[in-house]
Amino acid sequence: MTPFAYSRAATPSEATGLGRDGASFIAGGTNLLDLMKLEIITPDRLVDISRLDLAAISETPEGGLRIGAMVRNSDLAADRKVCDSYPVLAEALLAGASAQLRNKATTGGNLLQRTRCYYFYDTAMPCNKRAPGSGCQAIGGATRLHAIFGASVHCIATHPSDMAVALRALDAEVEVEAPEGAIRRLPLSQFYVLPGDTPHIETVLAPGDLITAVILPPPQGGRQTYRKVRDRASYAFALVSVAGVVALKEGRIAHASLAFGGVAPQPWRNETVESMLHDRQPSAGLFAQAADALLADARPQKDNAFKISLLRRTLIAVLNELTDADQ
Amino acid sequence: MNTDLMVNGQAQRLDADPRTTLLDALRNYLHLMGTKKGCDHGQCGACTVLVNGRRINSCLTLACMHDGDEIVTIEGIGGPDDLSALQQAFIAHDGFQCGYCTPGQICSATAMLDEIAAGWASHATKNVASLPGLTVEEISERMSGNLCRCSAYPNIIDAILEVAAGKEQS
Ligand SMILES: Cc1cc2nc3c(=O)[nH]c(=O)nc-3n(C[C@H](O)[C@H](O)[C@H](O)COP(=O)(O)OP(=O)(O)OC[C@H]3O[C@@H](n4cnc5c(N)ncnc54)[C@H](O)[C@@H]3O)c2cc1C
Ligand code: SF4
Ligand code: FES
Ligand code: FES
Repeated sequence: MTPFAYSRAATPSEATGLGRDGASFIAGGTNLLDLMKLEIITPDRLVDISRLDLAAISETPEGGLRIGAMVRNSDLAADRKVCDSYPVLAEALLAGASAQLRNKATTGGNLLQRTRCYYFYDTAMPCNKRAPGSGCQAIGGATRLHAIFGASVHCIATHPSDMAVALRALDAEVEVEAPEGAIRRLPLSQFYVLPGDTPHIETVLAPGDLITAVILPPPQGGRQTYRKVRDRASYAFALVSVAGVVALKEGRIAHASLAFGGVAPQPWRNETVESMLHDRQPSAGLFAQAADALLADARPQKDNAFKISLLRRTLIAVLNELTDADQ
Repeated sequence: MNTDLMVNGQAQRLDADPRTTLLDALRNYLHLMGTKKGCDHGQCGACTVLVNGRRINSCLTLACMHDGDEIVTIEGIGGPDDLSALQQAFIAHDGFQCGYCTPGQICSATAMLDEIAAGWASHATKNVASLPGLTVEEISERMSGNLCRCSAYPNIIDAILEVAAGKEQS
């Protein structure tokens, strides 16, 4: 690790003030310290935000849920309201990392965790995300983990979070406090940016911007599930994952929201697929059509074409599970 | 910089570079060698300790972030003359071979039983809104953050299940 100055922020405004110019916030530290040990990230100053008073989960006036940025992944997964009304979120959290890591990992930090691309992790390799303009060693290299949607010729990395995939299906919003105190709220759909020719820019956050909360709309009802496919049964990142929320009314699909993990630089969603399902009777033919529509845009790399058939099967399995009349 | 820690019930003042992880503070400054360094990157669980009653990886946190916190390491769980129920069960069930992962396994399992008692679901729980059962699947999933290079897993699970069943009866 390269040396840094350490300061602990007592209030969000103190944090945003200290958080500019080469500084990094540290919350749980489970991603940042991993990367700092390898000198992939070398902040001059660490601003400890772990003790900010942002660890509450509370109901919003609209009947949704406000999740403080400092809420631990384990506490969020164990929250009664989350388990009862947003089970897809609890399932996604519990499918991620290990119990020890979830006890440290925070809501804000989880959203901002960096890619697991092997070349991003190896400082001897060119990587446009780590060292802008140096090239991308992944393209043409080992691409088993990489994206099939949303990639560019400059970067094909995936976003590794499970939690963010569930939040995307739930139409979550992110609340951000800027230095000088302005607070804004933006949908998660507008929070991440695609790599394009600036893969080192991953979100719309500016230096010093602090995530203060994630906000869920009122529960949509219906059935929910998070299905994650990985190389081993536990403690591994997703090859592909599907977060699904589906409500049936009189035998027809009244509402479907679906988000996909492990396949893109950000939690992926495709509204065309959802509208194809809308007001239709569940059937094998319909689900196959939906999968075709989703995967029509897929652009595999050398080693990851398997993600196309895997995502197809996983999506169909999720739709079957969520519309099965016997369940 | 100075950091005050309560380690195994004893107040300790640490004067170390802010880069010092909690793991390195415990081993190199406080000379508590029970906590092990496996990967140093959150991938193996050998460094598991309890902080304010919760299990965490001590390699992925800075000591200076824990000012005022209560830390329990394997030395605080029990020694040769006062072994905890889990420590005894690991011996009775041969829950280790080389023993390198064992302090982390036992710290982890100690907190894991509290998580089950608090009703926390896991990835192995069918419905996250229901109470978890005490099955082999549940224990393996909940202990998946602790790797054992010697693959003593079946005996580790037997040891934990024995203690868990005892807790349920009492
Ligand atoms: C071995 C291992 C396995 C893992 N497996 C999985 C997995 O299967 N699925 C999964 O989803 N994740 C997995 N993870 C990743 C884990 O979920 C993240 O490390 C964790 O969620 C990060 O949260 P944190 O609070 O520790 O973030 P930190 O490490 O503290 O911070 C991460 C980044 O977010 C920034 N940040 C943090 N909070 C804020 C805030 N409030 N406002 C602005 N910026 C902020 C920091 O500056 C930093 O850049 C794994 C990690 C490890 C080490
Ligand atoms: S895919 Fe992205 S993160 Fe990986 S080497 Fe290429 S530029 Fe870097
Ligand atoms: S040494 Fe901390 S998890 Fe491996
Ligand atoms: S007993 Fe050797 S690593 Fe577990």
